[in-house]
Amino acid sequence: MEYNILIGGEAGQGMDTIGNLLEKTLKRCGFYVFTYKDYMSRIRGGHNFNQVRFSDKPLYTHSPDLDIIFALNEETINLHNSRLKQDGIIICDNDIAKVKEVMHLPLVETSKKVQDMRVYTTAGLGAILKIFGLPLDIAEGVIRDEFSGKIAETNIQAVRAGYEMIGVRHKLETREDKNIIINGNQAVAMGAIAAGCKFYCGYPMTPSSGVLTFMASKSDEMGIMVQQVEDEVAALNMALGASYAGVRAMTGSSGGGFALMVEALSLAGMIETPVVVIDVQRPAPATGFPTRTEQADLRFLIHAGHGEFPRMVIALRDPEDAFYQTARAFNIAEKYQIPVLLMSDEYLSDYTVTIKPYDFGKVKIERYISGPEAVEGEEYKRFKITESGVSPRILPGKVEGQVVLVDSDEHDEWGHITESAEMRVAMVDKRMRKLEGLRQEIEEPWFIGKENPENLIVCWGSTYGAVREAVERLNGEGVSIGALVYGDIWPLPTKRLMELYPKVQKLIDIEQNATGQLDSLIKEKALIRCSHKILKYDGRAFSGVEIYNRLKEEVL
Amino acid sequence: MTKYEYKLYDKPAWCPGCGNYMIRTALKQALEELGLEPHQVVISSGIGQAAKMPHYIKVNGFNGLHGRALPPAIGIKLANKDLKVIVESGDGDSYGEGGNHFIHTIRYNIDIAHFVHDNQIYGLTKGQASPTTAMGQHTTLQFDGVKAEPLNPVALALTMGAGFVARGFSGDIPHLVNLMKEAIMYKGYALVDIFQPCVVWNKVNTFAWYKQRVYHLPDDYDYTNRKEAMKKAMEFGDKIPIGILYKVEKEPYEDRFDFIKNGPPLVDRELNPKDAEKLLRDFV
Repeated sequence: MEYNILIGGEAGQGMDTIGNLLEKTLKRCGFYVFTYKDYMSRIRGGHNFNQVRFSDKPLYTHSPDLDIIFALNEETINLHNSRLKQDGIIICDNDIAKVKEVMHLPLVETSKKVQDMRVYTTAGLGAILKIFGLPLDIAEGVIRDEFSGKIAETNIQAVRAGYEMIGVRHKLETREDKNIIINGNQAVAMGAIAAGCKFYCGYPMTPSSGVLTFMASKSDEMGIMVQQVEDEVAALNMALGASYAGVRAMTGSSGGGFALMVEALSLAGMIETPVVVIDVQRPAPATGFPTRTEQADLRFLIHAGHGEFPRMVIALRDPEDAFYQTARAFNIAEKYQIPVLLMSDEYLSDYTVTIKPYDFGKVKIERYISGPEAVEGEEYKRFKITESGVSPRILPGKVEGQVVLVDSDEHDEWGHITESAEMRVAMVDKRMRKLEGLRQEIEEPWFIGKENPENLIVCWGSTYGAVREAVERLNGEGVSIGALVYGDIWPLPTKRLMELYPKVQKLIDIEQNATGQLDSLIKEKALIRCSHKILKYDGRAFSGVEIYNRLKEEVL
Repeated sequence: MTKYEYKLYDKPAWCPGCGNYMIRTALKQALEELGLEPHQVVISSGIGQAAKMPHYIKVNGFNGLHGRALPPAIGIKLANKDLKVIVESGDGDSYGEGGNHFIHTIRYNIDIAHFVHDNQIYGLTKGQASPTTAMGQHTTLQFDGVKAEPLNPVALALTMGAGFVARGFSGDIPHLVNLMKEAIMYKGYALVDIFQPCVVWNKVNTFAWYKQRVYHLPDDYDYTNRKEAMKKAMEFGDKIPIGILYKVEKEPYEDRFDFIKNGPPLVDRELNPKDAEKLLRDFV
């Protein structure tokens, strides 16, 4: 079984609140839930919608076909009616759209009765739950968790009233609920907190703000310094200061804000100071599409910063992966004293999905910080030339009589500015030697689908869910197809691709950008050329159905 | 050799006679008289000749990017409140490239002492105007004279609500030592704008020019009076006052966070992934 509900209206009408209550209720009823959000870059008005898809099987992406449209205005019906399944239902208030196939409910009237206009969407929630014959007490529990006092009680009256307005259409049984429901931004923040991040700073920018917001909401409880700073230039410099002083530090933004951080990213490379940065991509160039999605910063991130220095770039595939990879990023940053860049995008940051609860026992915190034993001779050498390229790191103030000097100019082993040609070469070589170690750390992409497939997809990051759904459907139809889904993307792991490639007839690149950036990287690093490219850059995320259809039309 | 001397392989990159040497002497003396050990102090600096200070005095040093000395200093202080954090940088670095950070750091009132080596010129890039160069002054770039008004850093700091604003002169070391000590011990953001004439590029604001003009604020000057402070901050011409223009007590930024104020420095806190497990309650 699987159903898909769209709630649409103007920004400010409460789609997020109702979407949140609905997805939590469905989750607690034991279903797998996937909520996709589409919203405009404005504060009030415009057209926004949430699509809540739920099933008795795990979900990885959104779906276009709708079973129910809950319209908060007439525009919603006009825009989405064509996607309604044959036996689908449109529900809305009496006052909206006098079209006859629409089910009109006295929603606003109900909210008038309880003297709170805000709750008429909650009455809609009651109606939706009734359509599926789901019990009311679970929804009431969710409402009590989300609201308190009088507002909770008013909402409960509204949900009960909505429940009475309609009859059962599909009787569903509740199941045991063992999952959590979370979005990508929250997952990244959870990973950072689990990893012991004690300093997070940033400048608000959609769609990355959710990471900053979640960190801030846990600041007091978890003892994390969270700073909203004057600009992104300050953000990365400040994070580097905090990291130099010894705490795990992170900052994040979206493409345009990350562009401002690039100067300091190069500084991180030079002063060999660990830091984690997340770029939650949105369509660019410049301000682009602020609330929409794209995967076009890959080439930018792997080359960001003037000069040459090692860094690692990890693309996050889903909220489960995002948690573990973020935690891992802190360890790698500290082990190699490098910046680690995480890549998410608007789609991953905003969709919410049910996953099994994180296993905090799996998160290991590895610090790689030295004490007095790192001092050889009289003075500590912050940039001691070593075989691995990694120098022992002590923290300022922590070893009596020893000081820690870092410098953005080329420097000697103590950190003092030098113009020596020999020292320059020795320092560049030292820094670049870290790549050898880093290559041992990188993980091969996930493989999904049929073993040794004739058709192989390469993709990265958040397209994982949609690609997975398409591959599974095609495998079910007997098509020999599989996919490599890249997480670690710089340095690019190539081993698994090289193994699979000889048996592959069609190599298909699937990305949300206009040029095929992963394809170009594969050409460069593996000398392999993709035979097909399925690209999308309209700012809207691929669904599994869309990838399935395009593979059928353009490749298979 | 004092405890603040590095073993240097090269001499400082400063020109003979540069005011930076005197500022270094004053800083060493101030730290010594305050009884601070090298490992307890951090200097954050940007780019320029003044910004090379962390290489010539043995304390912890973060010599970062042009104009960016303040943000790392804030990060350092918040990560480890036990460290004494000092920012040393020039007028171009602090007021030009770093102007935005300057005004916002004042808003924070974080416990940092900011020593600006103000020579009213860009020295290292060879003589262009800085934000504090006088209007009309001819430079290697502003051939017909500077066409913009100079920035008044102490007046700006006062209008922004800074709790400690001072002016010093590198040619008056004993006076500067006291200013530095006061600024370092001040709980909050402390600005000391230090006249440090550039012996090569600024032919107007020379040592002699300043010697003739600077005077100590009188003993009975009330530095808690903001109106008076603003008057003194605007005094720049035949007579220029040096000393603490303004000083009042203000709650430092880091003390506004209970978990920072009442606990050990962030850097000393135990990390345990399991501590975060309770946050899953938001997602059930």
